[in-house]
Amino acid sequence: MTISTDDSAASATVEEFLNRPPSAAQRVHSALHRQPALSPAIVLVLAAVAFSILSSRFYQLTNLSLLFQQVAVVGTLAAGQTLIILTAGIDLSIGAVMVLSSLVMAKLVNDQSVPGVPALLIGAMIAVLAQGANGFLVTRVKLPPFIVTLGMLSIFTAISLIYAQGQTVLLQPGAFLLWTGDTVSIGSLHLTYGVLLMLGLYAVFGYALRFTAWGRHLYAVGDDAEAARLAGISVNRVLLSAYVVAGLAVAVAAWILVGRVGGGDPNSGLNANLESITAVVIGGTSLFGGRGTVFGSLIGALIVQVFDNGLALAGLDPNYQVLAVGVLVIAAVSVDQWIRSVKA
Amino acid sequence: MSTPVLEARGLVKLFGRVVGLDAVDLTLYPGEILAVIGDNGAGKSTLIKCLSGALVPDRGTIVMNGAEVRFRRPQDARDAGIETVYQQLAVAPALDIASNLFLAREVRRKGFLGTVLRMLDTGEMKRQSAEQIKSLGISTLQNIGQAVETLSGGQRQAVAVARAAAFGSQVVILDEPTAALGVRETGQVLKLIRDLRANGKAVILISHDMPHVFELADRIHIQRLGARAGVITPKTHTMEDAVAIMTGARRIEPAGDRSAGPAVAPGKERS
Amino acid sequence: MDSSTRRTAAGRPRRQGGRAAATAVIALCAAAALAACSSSSSSSGPAAGGSTASAASSPSSSGSSGQPVGISLILKTLSNPYFVTMEKDAQAAAARDNVHLTVAAGSSDGDTQTQITAIDNAIARGDKGILITTNGNAVNAALNQAKQDGLFVIALDTAPTPPSVADITYATDNTEAGRLDGEYAAAALGGKPAVIAMLDLFNNQVVSVDIDRDHGFLEGMGINPGNPNENGQEAKTGTYKGGGKYTIACHQPTTGAVDGGRTAMENCLSANPNINVVYAINEPAAEGAYEAIKAAGKQNQIKLFAIDGSCAGLKLVASGEFTADAVQYPGKMAALGVDAIAKLARGGSKPSVTAGKSFYDTGTALVALKSYPGVTVESPAQGASACWGS
Repeated sequence: MTISTDDSAASATVEEFLNRPPSAAQRVHSALHRQPALSPAIVLVLAAVAFSILSSRFYQLTNLSLLFQQVAVVGTLAAGQTLIILTAGIDLSIGAVMVLSSLVMAKLVNDQSVPGVPALLIGAMIAVLAQGANGFLVTRVKLPPFIVTLGMLSIFTAISLIYAQGQTVLLQPGAFLLWTGDTVSIGSLHLTYGVLLMLGLYAVFGYALRFTAWGRHLYAVGDDAEAARLAGISVNRVLLSAYVVAGLAVAVAAWILVGRVGGGDPNSGLNANLESITAVVIGGTSLFGGRGTVFGSLIGALIVQVFDNGLALAGLDPNYQVLAVGVLVIAAVSVDQWIRSVKA
Repeated sequence: MSTPVLEARGLVKLFGRVVGLDAVDLTLYPGEILAVIGDNGAGKSTLIKCLSGALVPDRGTIVMNGAEVRFRRPQDARDAGIETVYQQLAVAPALDIASNLFLAREVRRKGFLGTVLRMLDTGEMKRQSAEQIKSLGISTLQNIGQAVETLSGGQRQAVAVARAAAFGSQVVILDEPTAALGVRETGQVLKLIRDLRANGKAVILISHDMPHVFELADRIHIQRLGARAGVITPKTHTMEDAVAIMTGARRIEPAGDRSAGPAVAPGKERS
Repeated sequence: MDSSTRRTAAGRPRRQGGRAAATAVIALCAAAALAACSSSSSSSGPAAGGSTASAASSPSSSGSSGQPVGISLILKTLSNPYFVTMEKDAQAAAARDNVHLTVAAGSSDGDTQTQITAIDNAIARGDKGILITTNGNAVNAALNQAKQDGLFVIALDTAPTPPSVADITYATDNTEAGRLDGEYAAAALGGKPAVIAMLDLFNNQVVSVDIDRDHGFLEGMGINPGNPNENGQEAKTGTYKGGGKYTIACHQPTTGAVDGGRTAMENCLSANPNINVVYAINEPAAEGAYEAIKAAGKQNQIKLFAIDGSCAGLKLVASGEFTADAVQYPGKMAALGVDAIAKLARGGSKPSVTAGKSFYDTGTALVALKSYPGVTVESPAQGASACWGS
C-alpha cells in the first residue's frame, strides 16, 4: 500500500509532537513522579515557611531541635508502618506493641533490677515477637491485616494495662535506658541520641528498600501479590519479614519513648497507632501497597509535628488548633495530590 | 524419537467439586512448538500452571528429561528451566522493565557491597536487559528504566515475553501472548517464538488464534472439559478439524497419545 | 455500651415473680449467719471480669457489735492504683465497722456487665448498701432496682448520669484542688510578674475534671476564667491576686500522659521562654513537663504545680520537682462510704451532702515544701500518711 504525501505529512507532525523537548513544567512533573517523597517535602517546606512568618520563634534552632525530638517516637514507628503498608497491609497494633515494649524495659530495670542492656534486649524481643505473631496470622492463617492487628491492638493494650497497673515507672537519671534522651550537639543544633537512632533507622530501611532484592520483592508483593508469586517470589516469606523488620523499628521506638518519658508510662503513646499511619499516608505511600518511600513517612511525621508546634507558637485558641490541624492536613494531602497529577 | 523434554502423566486438579484437569497427559519434545488449544474452561491455563509450578496437581507426575520432578512453587519450575508468560502477565507495575526482567533472580554487586550489604547491581541488570530485548528483536521497549505501569498493554506483554524468552533455558510457556498486541508487535512475538525453537528450546503456546496456531505449531494439544481430547498436527488436520475436536463435534479414537510422534488419523466420527 | 437489656442468671428469675422465694432465701441466709456468726468466705461476682471476694467482718472489732452489715464495693477496674487504694481503705473501714465487704470490679474501664452482675448479687445477698464507681450508664437500671430493694447507693469519685441514680455521691472537689495550687502560686510569686503555662487535658473534648482544675487554678490566682464551660477563654494579660501582672503564655493539651506533658511544655517554652509558673492537669502531665523543663535547664526558673496526691507524686514534691501537689483521697471516699452505710444500717441517719455542694466532699489538701502566709500546706511527710498508690 503506498503512503500518500498527506499521510506522511500527518505522521511527520505526529512524530514532531511526540519528540518535542519537554517543557519546564513537564520536567518538574517527571521529577516529582520519579521522587515520590518530593511533593510532601515541598509541602513541609511551605508549611515551615508559613509558620516562620507567623512566629519568629518557629525557626529558632532551639525550636527546630525540639521538633525533631518530638517527632522521634512517631517517626521511628512510621518507618516500620511504611514497610507493612507497602505490602498492602496495615498495622493497627504497632503503637500498643511499642507501649508494651517500653513498659517491659522500664519495669524490668525498676522493679526487678535487671541491668539496662538485657532489659532493652528483652523489651526489643517482645516487640519483634509480637510483630512476628501479627505476620504469622496474616501469612499462615491468612487473615486480613486490618482484622488481625485490630484484635492484637486490644490484646496488647490489655496486657499493658494489667502489667503496669496504671502506674508510671520513672527511672533514675543516668540509667542506660535513658540514653536515647541524652542530648548531643551538632553545632548549635541540640538533638538527642534518639533522634540520631531514628535517622539511622531511616537510612538502613531506605537503603534496604532501594538497593536490595528484598526491597524490590516487598514492592512487588504489595503491588500485586499474585503476580509476585507467579514470578517466583516467596510471598509469605516477604510478608512475614516485613512485619518482623517493622518489629525492630517498634523496639527502637519503644527505647526512644523511654528516653523521652523518663521511664515507662502506660498512657503515653496511645495515639501512636493512628499517628504512624497518618505520617505514612501524608508521606505519599499508597494504602494499596507497592508505592511510596520510607523517607516520605519521615516527612509526613514532620509535617504533622510542624503543624502542631507552629500552631502552638502562633498562639491560636486551643479549640481552634484542633480544627486548624484537620484542615491543614487535608490541605497538605490535596496539594500533594495536585503536584503529582499536574499535567504539562 | 528423542526423549521428551517435558512430560505430564495423568495430571488431576480439582477445585472443590469442579474437575479442572481430568487425568491429562502432555508430551513436549525439545525444539518443537506445541500449541495447546481448547474452548474456555477446557483447562488450558490450569494445565500450564501445573507445569509452571503455579498450581500443584492433586494427582499425576511430571517428568523432565526423563527424571521425575515436583514443582511446589513457581520458583521450582524456574529453577528447572521452565519460564512462563501468564495470561495475567505477572509483572510488577511499580517496578521498571529491568527490575521486572530480573525479578526473583536479581544480580548483586561484586564483592563486599554485594555479599554483605546485598546491594543490587542495577547498572548491570539494565545493561543485560537492554541486550536481551535487542537480541530478541522486540523494538517497542525503548527505555529500560521506565516503570512498567506507564507502558501500554502491548508493551507490558512484551516485557513478560522478553522475561520468559531471555531466561527460559529449556521450556518457554506462553499463555495467550498476543492477546493485547497490535499487528507489528504480534509479528515480533511470532518471530520470537520461531527463534526460540531455532535455538533448541521447546515452546508451549496457548492461543485462540487458529491461523497463528496452524502457522507456528509442530503439534497441537487439544483440551476439552478438563481432559485431553487429542493431539493433532497442522499437516494432518485442518483448522475446522481442530475446532470440531475442541467443541466436541468430532472425536479422535483413541483420545490422547502417549507415544512419540504425530497423533492418530483425522476425522474419525463417533457414532 | 449502654444497654437496656438485663443480663443473666442472678437477676431475671428472682425478679420475675420470685420475690417471695428471694425473701425466704435471704431469711435463711440471715439465720445461717446468726448461727455461724464469724467470718466466712463469701461469693462475689462471677469469675470472669477480675472480681475478687473478701471477707472482712470480725466479731471482736470495735464499733458496732452484733451482726455484720453487708456492703458491696464495685469499682471500675483493679488495674489502676487509684481504685486499688479505694479497696484497701474500704477493707480497713469494714474491719473497723464490723462490715462484711464484698469487692467486685470491671475487667476494664467501661466494663459495665461485671458491675451489673455485682449489683444483682448485692441485692440477692441482702447487702445494706453499694459503693460504686460506675463504668457507664448501663448500670443505672440495676442501681435503681437496688434502691427499690432497700439498698443505699453511694457513688464514689464521680457522680453518675443523672446524679439522682445514686442516693449520694462522695467525690473530690477538683475546682478546690486547682484553687489550692493557684493560691499557693500567687503567694509564692509575691507580686512578681507571672508568665503562666496551662497544661490541660484535652483540646478536642470537654471533660469536667479538665475544666474544674484549670478554672480552679486560675481562680486561686485571682484570674477570671472567662467562660465557665471552656478552657483558654481568660484574658491573656492582667493582674493577679496581690497586684502583680500576669501573662498566659499558652494552653496546650497533654492527654494526661507523660509524653503529652513533655511535648506541651516544650511547645510552651518555645512560644515563651520566660514562663515561670506551670499548671499541669495531673501528675503524669507534670512529670512530662518536668522532663522538658530539665532538658531546657529551667528548673530554677519555673514553679510546677500538679494535682493527684499519689505517694509517688508526693516524693516528687519532696525532691523539688513539683512545687506543690493538690492531694485527693480516693481511699477516704471509700472508707467514709463504708462508715456511712454501716451507720445507716444500724439505725443512724442518712449521710448528707457538703454544704453548698451537690456531693459529699471528701476533701483536698495541698502538699508543698515551703509554706507561705495565708496558705495551708502539709509537708510531704505529713501527706505521705494519707497518700494513695505505692
